[in-house]
Amino acid sequence: MSFTFSTTPIDPSALQTRLTDARAGACVTFEGWVRNHNEGQAVQALDYEAYVDLGIKEGERILAEAREKFAVLAIVAVHRTGSLAIGDLAVWVGVASAHRGPAFDACRYVIDELKARVPIWKKEHYVSGASEWINCATRGDFA
Amino acid sequence: MPLTVHVQYFALLREQRGLAAETLTTDATDAATLYARLRAEHRFTLPADRLRVAINGDFVPWPAPLADGAKLVFIPPVAGG
Repeated sequence: MSFTFSTTPIDPSALQTRLTDARAGACVTFEGWVRNHNEGQAVQALDYEAYVDLGIKEGERILAEAREKFAVLAIVAVHRTGSLAIGDLAVWVGVASAHRGPAFDACRYVIDELKARVPIWKKEHYVSGASEWINCATRGDFA
Repeated sequence: MPLTVHVQYFALLREQRGLAAETLTTDATDAATLYARLRAEHRFTLPADRLRVAINGDFVPWPAPLADGAKLVFIPPVAGG
């Protein structure tokens, strides 16, 4: 499978070997890291939770779309689940192609679509002690 | 005739429901109606227009008609990356 979830730390060098292709002249990779702040709050740690079955299905659809749209040779993407600390690798996308243009374009397409469509949720734990599911805030009052 | 459906909860909905999954008997005939009832009962903060719904392992458009034995997942706004 080209898109997977991992409950353990992502190893970029192991993943990159899966892109190896004698026809490739370019490899573009993207790493999403856990940063220590978000929207003005100091972040201490975060949890990712995924609906794994549908997440893999949707992730594979996105990779298939990227293969269709761009002249690439290989794409691999992995997203972490579980508890992560500042600096941990949360998501990795790698693309190999004959020339650099399609590799950049496909890598950007894949990470943007993964973020928008794959059923995975992020709960941030703040230094203040509060925590929040990202993108799930409402105005607070029950209608 | 009431339907038996299986609902799985993730993230904010799982916390607000206090459960990861449950089997329900309902006379709701679509997922939108079922969500409205669950939202009222359990005081889910997210309105249906912020959610997507999956039945039997794939996304379906609202209001998402229900069949007996359906496996439902209400999908809060996602936040990968």
